[in-house]
Amino acid sequence: MRAADALMESLKAEGTEHVFGIPGGANLPTYDALVDAEFRHIQVRHEQGGGHAAEGYAKASGKVGVAFATSGPGATNLVTAIADSMLDSVPTVFITGQVRTELIGTDGFQEADILGSTLPFVKHSFQVTDPRQIPEYVHEAFHVASTGRPGPVLLDIPQDLSRAEIDYAPRTEPVELAGYKPPSAPNVKQVRIAAKAIANARKPILYTGGGVVNANASEELRELAAADRFPVTSTLMGLGSYPASGENWLGMLGMHGTRAANYAMDEADLIVAIGARFDDRITGKLSEFAPRAKFIHIDVDPAEISKNVPAHIPIVGDAKLVLPALTREYRALQTDGSRLDGWWKQIKAWQDEFPLRYDEGKDGEIKPQFMIEAMHRATQGDAIVTSDVGQHQMWAAQYYGFDKPRRWINSGGLGTMGFGLPAAVGAKVACPDESVVCLAGDGSLIMNCQELATCVAEEIPVKVFLMNNGYMGMVRQWQELFWDRRYSAVEMGPSPDWVKLAEAFGATGLRCEDSADLEETMVKALETDGPVLLDVRVSPEENCFPMIPAGAAARDMVG
Amino acid sequence: MEAGTPQVVKLEDLRVPGQLSGRKHILSILVENKPGVLARVAGLFSRRGFNIDTLAVGPTDDPSISRITLTLDGAVHPIDQVTKQLHKLVNVLKIRDMEPEETVAREMAMFKVSAAVESRSEIIQFAEIFRAKIVDVSRRALTIEVTGSADKIEAFERMIRPHGLIEMVRTGEIAIARGSD
Ligand SMILES: Cc1ncc(C[n+]2csc(CCOP(=O)(O)OP(=O)(O)O)c2C)c(N)n1
Ligand SMILES: [Mg+2]
Repeated sequence: MRAADALMESLKAEGTEHVFGIPGGANLPTYDALVDAEFRHIQVRHEQGGGHAAEGYAKASGKVGVAFATSGPGATNLVTAIADSMLDSVPTVFITGQVRTELIGTDGFQEADILGSTLPFVKHSFQVTDPRQIPEYVHEAFHVASTGRPGPVLLDIPQDLSRAEIDYAPRTEPVELAGYKPPSAPNVKQVRIAAKAIANARKPILYTGGGVVNANASEELRELAAADRFPVTSTLMGLGSYPASGENWLGMLGMHGTRAANYAMDEADLIVAIGARFDDRITGKLSEFAPRAKFIHIDVDPAEISKNVPAHIPIVGDAKLVLPALTREYRALQTDGSRLDGWWKQIKAWQDEFPLRYDEGKDGEIKPQFMIEAMHRATQGDAIVTSDVGQHQMWAAQYYGFDKPRRWINSGGLGTMGFGLPAAVGAKVACPDESVVCLAGDGSLIMNCQELATCVAEEIPVKVFLMNNGYMGMVRQWQELFWDRRYSAVEMGPSPDWVKLAEAFGATGLRCEDSADLEETMVKALETDGPVLLDVRVSPEENCFPMIPAGAAARDMVG
Repeated sequence: MEAGTPQVVKLEDLRVPGQLSGRKHILSILVENKPGVLARVAGLFSRRGFNIDTLAVGPTDDPSISRITLTLDGAVHPIDQVTKQLHKLVNVLKIRDMEPEETVAREMAMFKVSAAVESRSEIIQFAEIFRAKIVDVSRRALTIEVTGSADKIEAFERMIRPHGLIEMVRTGEIAIARGSD
């Protein structure tokens, strides 16, 4: 069998149903094999879009997202998506064409050392040097990408090798890699010690992150939280794993988190970190972070434990297994829950004193926060929401109120503008029966707006709700607050006319400038067939509050 | 009934272990002999800001496996974090943080020293004391090979430097555990 056909067979054997990509010289054999392959290829309009679509697909479904690109510029266009997958632990496999073996190292036409250039941010990568490696490497790539802490794996295949003939037999044994053993079950003794520490805590808090989503451990998290009314907060990446309508919910923590969540971290005597990595957006000034707390740190990646904040009780393992074990051990201790009454009284006082709030818009002005609330109503709080990066992203995180995991798909670690639309493409392909809304920023959307063409051509009916403030708002906010309002390169100017742009792509364009019409227009957008772009004109200079200024401590939140 | 865990765990009794060991570490790392492995290891060190003091790479008795021996300063870097990051590389098979007391470590160095007739015999004497070998002689210079611990090589360098050190080449340390395992 031709190696490129074996590539398709092994992808199929891994359960691949969708692939995103763009062909070129070096991956012509792959695209030839694709003609007869049994899965759907979505022809994106830029490889970065293909990469983010694969991420959106993976985040929405929990399955591995796959993207193809040709050598050289095709491959380098993927780099941002690969880095994004790495920082947000997204299970993705990127398959690039490479120049013919004899040309490697000669600066041949469209040669780029994609393996070398992505080494810092792949979970692993494979350079194919023998066509017989192709099926084997595909299986290894899927195994590495999807197990343990998920992440991106790159497979680089020289053109001549994918044309070679090989003997192909479907793989039957599971993948075994000598140097890769993802942990699963936790150390029972550590879990027991953790349960006892929690039993003695008077001000505990569960600090959860994207790891809970990746582990599909929302149910298990809810059970732990319910074991004794433990307050729960989450990072940007973990939103939805504990329901925002749940009674223990304090809101998101970190730079744009709620005061209740950040103050509770500051005052806590015991922080139980679950699949979260103490990123600087969470800790603020590290030396003043949670000064009274002891830390239990649960993570499937041992290297995250004690990386930024030393853990008193480290637990390495899959949250799906650790959390039930911890809940069981804790319940067995039959601790008196009333010891938390004082703590809840304090938390309630913060919640009452510092709710998320904004001044209502006058004369039809659409406040950005209002736009998110309207979006929640129009979608009944049940859409898969993808986001770009900026103020709109933070407002969505604050105001949408995600009740389920895998409903909030955004770029947290890398903070990639232009992520939202292609991610929505991927999410919609993965979940065709769900309503998928891309909450876009005007600065961000233009970076990957070419994917509207993909939506139209491939009939992927995503709804883009553009929060159009005429600015790269988040940067403007920083310039206003911390750089004496000296605005520098943050205005977006009068173009494009988004409605016309949408129409030029063959999508439906809508606009809303009055808060009274907003929800209705959103419903209309959701009910319109095919892709829709709704341009929502919001207050141009609203700031996103509260916030911890960079490098400040949680208790010094402003706004 | 609860083997190994204390009856109660009081928060105020919980401590975190120190992060910095304060001494030199020799890591002996077995890696798969695949293209790009060294780049992965070296890249990891540079991007995480870990400074490698010495690095030596060579084959093992198994042709599919190579050994990377590297030394780094545990006063500057949390070794635990370094080894955990290294373990994340799929091609890394095994890491051993060599215990100083139970390890024989050796490095080889070659020194090219300017050796005028007047100082030549003194240099040769130093070489003898250090059990070094003279491996090349010319009219103006001697080349001396020294094998030993990094300390010994550095001591030799201090002795020889005043005579005019033209060039020095060091291999970086390699290490093996004492005893039978
Ligand atoms: C690719 C990329 N370039 C630059 C930045 C820096 N940056 C962060 S937020 C932002 C502004 C985003 O503007 P917009 O999409 O309009 O969102 P808004 O903040 O206005 O809601 C910029 C430029 C980034 N995160 N990503
Ligand atoms: Mg904007």
